[in-house]
Amino acid sequence: MSSMLKASVQIDARGARFGALITAIVFSVALVTQSPALIMWQAAVFAIGAFRGPQFTPYAVIFRSVVKPRLKSNPIFEDVRPPKFAQAVGLVFTIIALIGSLLGSSVVFSVAVAAALAAAFLNFAFNYCLGCQFYLLGVRLVSPRNSKITLEVK
Amino acid sequence: MRNNTPVDNLLVLIAILASATGYGFYFRARSGRLKATTKKGATAVISCITPVEMGTEFGSVATLLQFSSAFCAPCRATKVLLGEVAKDHPGVVHVVLDAESHLELVRRLKIISTPTTLILDPKGHEVGRAVGAPRREQVAAALHALR
Repeated sequence: MSSMLKASVQIDARGARFGALITAIVFSVALVTQSPALIMWQAAVFAIGAFRGPQFTPYAVIFRSVVKPRLKSNPIFEDVRPPKFAQAVGLVFTIIALIGSLLGSSVVFSVAVAAALAAAFLNFAFNYCLGCQFYLLGVRLVSPRNSKITLEVK
Repeated sequence: MRNNTPVDNLLVLIAILASATGYGFYFRARSGRLKATTKKGATAVISCITPVEMGTEFGSVATLLQFSSAFCAPCRATKVLLGEVAKDHPGVVHVVLDAESHLELVRRLKIISTPTTLILDPKGHEVGRAVGAPRREQVAAALHALR
């Protein structure tokens, strides 16, 4: 069965959402203080989340040790791939912000941080799923289209 | 451009959070809502799929054709929900396709995000679609209207 091959790691979705809250706060402070140092920190967190998994970030550690024991609700298990994808998208935006900062452009820095902040905030407050909205769109844009001929034959 | 003052940046922050909140409510209200597909000549022909492409025969009442992806958290819940709906309604077939491995179909049916669920009539014509995770009663109502 292909579902056996696709079996993947499950994580507590509440932890990923808590991580999004901390991320949104970090971005908010970074935006107001125009701090590249905070973005560098967040980029490092995203790198861990994107390559190893969101359950290994410092925010996930805080969630497990401080927040989780105080929560009354049951864990909501979720595939690790959607939040991992979101962390990778976040990493790209933090890198753009850092490049902007290196080039001395506060506009590039602010726009990239603002976009990442909006995504993290939507993720936390509305359970917004970045992978749902943009993964397929990205694949569609990257892969060549070859359906024209079939359409014309019909 | 001169550097912004912290007060300017605070205003920008408030504007971003406010617009994200607005978008969030709009997104939540729209997500999963089933819309009837309007049949305007060519549109109805384009929104047609064959059993071969789908990998299974059409349901005698309806087919719930769901497009999923591995990077989509609500896809799994939708899969469970639609599977149950199909079980409860004789003649309704539930099919899940991985959007990424059916890109030609995805382009032809204009699927942009996942999960997207198409409701197909017994001939395979699209009669409705839901973008996002639909609610059980929405799907049941749409199937009831098809009978």
